[in-house]
Amino acid sequence: MALLQTTERSPVGIADARGGAFSQWIGRNAAILLLGVVLLVLPAVATNFWLDQVVGWTMILGIIALSLMFLAGYGGMVSLAQMTVAGVSGYMIAVFGVSSLPAISLFWPWWAAAPMAIVIAVAFGALTGILSSRTEGIYTIMITLAIAAAFFYLTLQNWPIFNGFAGFTTIPAPVAFGVNWKEPIPLYYLILFFAALSYLSVAYISQAPFGLALQGIRDNPRRMEAIGYNVTAHRVAAYAFAALIASIGGILMVWLNNQISPGSAGIEATIDMLVIAVVGGLGHPIGAFIGAFIYVILRTFSLDVLVAVGLDGRRFQTLIGLGFLVIVLFSPDGVIGLWRRLVDRAGRSNNSGNGSGH
Amino acid sequence: MSTAFGEDNPAAARGDALGRWIGRHPVWSLVIAVVVIIFLWLVLAPWPAGFEAVFGKKRLFVNALFNGTTLGGLYFLVATGFTLIFGLMRNVNLAHGSLYLFGGYMGYEATQWTNSWLFGFVIAFISCAIVGIAMQFFIFRRMEGQDLRQTLVTLGLSIVFADLMVWVWGGNAIQIDTPDYLLGPTPTPIVVALKSSGEAVFLQYPIVRLVIFAAAVIIGVAMWIALNRTRIGVMIRAGVDDRDMLSVLGYRVQLLFIAVFAFGAGLAGMAGVVGGTFQSISLGEDSHFLLASLQVVIVGGMGSIPGAALGALIIGLAEQFGQTYFQNYATVSTFVIMVIVLAVRPQGLLGRR
Repeated sequence: MALLQTTERSPVGIADARGGAFSQWIGRNAAILLLGVVLLVLPAVATNFWLDQVVGWTMILGIIALSLMFLAGYGGMVSLAQMTVAGVSGYMIAVFGVSSLPAISLFWPWWAAAPMAIVIAVAFGALTGILSSRTEGIYTIMITLAIAAAFFYLTLQNWPIFNGFAGFTTIPAPVAFGVNWKEPIPLYYLILFFAALSYLSVAYISQAPFGLALQGIRDNPRRMEAIGYNVTAHRVAAYAFAALIASIGGILMVWLNNQISPGSAGIEATIDMLVIAVVGGLGHPIGAFIGAFIYVILRTFSLDVLVAVGLDGRRFQTLIGLGFLVIVLFSPDGVIGLWRRLVDRAGRSNNSGNGSGH
Repeated sequence: MSTAFGEDNPAAARGDALGRWIGRHPVWSLVIAVVVIIFLWLVLAPWPAGFEAVFGKKRLFVNALFNGTTLGGLYFLVATGFTLIFGLMRNVNLAHGSLYLFGGYMGYEATQWTNSWLFGFVIAFISCAIVGIAMQFFIFRRMEGQDLRQTLVTLGLSIVFADLMVWVWGGNAIQIDTPDYLLGPTPTPIVVALKSSGEAVFLQYPIVRLVIFAAAVIIGVAMWIALNRTRIGVMIRAGVDDRDMLSVLGYRVQLLFIAVFAFGAGLAGMAGVVGGTFQSISLGEDSHFLLASLQVVIVGGMGSIPGAALGALIIGLAEQFGQTYFQNYATVSTFVIMVIVLAVRPQGLLGRR
């Protein structure tokens, strides 16, 4: 499982001087802070298409991929059911909330429907965790893929709850606190808020006792068991936490797309989610968003590019698959790993005289 | 972990063993006997009118039973290669569904050319075996022991394969013609209803499905014999248990891996032709059969051929009965079976740790 052994090298050094701590923190997180500022002011310059269909969509896929990254990177559990968890919460917000299908939807207000959807999705995620924690390692992929596929075929076949292959349409973001969140710019900020929140909470938990225990379990479950940690409970809790993140992503996904159908959480989407997480890199939470950005850019513009270089524009999936293969074969820790190696190499050639290499 | 491919009970000892087992578990024996008798009654006897009023027509039940069993035969053909590859090489081949689909398309092309249904199987087997050999030789040989990375590679390959197959064969469903000599239904000795005159109506069932099922059983038995009675089989079983030791002893493990991958992929390809004849092959069938293989090996036990047979039968029956009796929740039935097995026996019904 060499892929999973590269977590972030978190510099937990304690600063000598108090005053230096803040500026050091700024220095360490300069890239993230800069990104945050850019994202905050983006609505001033970007068109609505870029705001929602590119950046917003990136952040939503990133949130869902982040939940996979959390499980895989910190817990060593590559769960393919994260898109399915998002799908469950997306379907539930349509079933309990507002949609164009009065026969199925219950038309609860958002403050009741959204928590309900999240609770059901988290329960589903925890159940997935309980099931896949019964086995280990590579079996996790098989079991979670089987669960994801079963859910896809269920949504396809079931009419009383999931409305078959037609799914639900017209599921708008609500009007709340005097803001119509359906409008592009409020929706963008809503997505940005939850993307930042989930990023920060994953970053925080990875350093908190729970996250550290989880990483210990990833590296050596037997030893952690011997020390007295309840391995299964930690794993299931990790699944539940990841499901919480993914379910938020699922609701935002439905509000952005204004529809949900079996394809939204289908097998292709499930696999795309793994592709996003692996391409971005399972070593750091930001990898999920980088992977999502690459994916969305490819998805949005590959048609034009493929046609421009004289290829069939419909071969998008081949492009994605080949790109994924290249990453898996040559840079198992994703784009993040690629970047780190570049930085390392640059650093080494700078201090080559000091002999301070790794 | 001991041998994962069935046990070596000498057949002669079977009769005695059964007697002793009954002696040791009288209650279970009784329960099993009652279940078997009820089952035989359900299948063989015409159902009374009151019974049919509650449980639906007998024709539906028997059809679901036959369809489920023959579908189980098809699932066995697909899943057995999957489980063999996994058992020996620890490679979860998520491109297995793509091999199934590819075999189906190649078999279709071959039957179109030559008008020979059987030739379709040969071509499907060979072309999928070649793809399997290429995958093992060029990719997986270089990343042995890295489970997750291998799995991700198979996933990437399945994405590419699926897209390339859409490119070549388009998105429409393709049906492979059943040959004339297997066309049409055959009467079976099972009574599905009684006419008002008291005359029995017998079930008519497509010959081709019965033939295919028989072929699947023959292939399964042949594989079991090959694994338990031949030298290659001994090597494979030894490799499943401890491939490092096998290679230390001087056996050409890489060659064995390639042979097993080729055979497993070829079986998937042949299953593609079967699937194309039974139902149809189209875009999306690759993930359907990948899911089926996953469920079969999760239920039956990973790396076990008897497990694949049992799992395939269970999943096939569950799917067909689900579709007959509760259409909206058909997939839930297979899912529930998977959940129960994982809860009670995480290694699968016939799997070993």
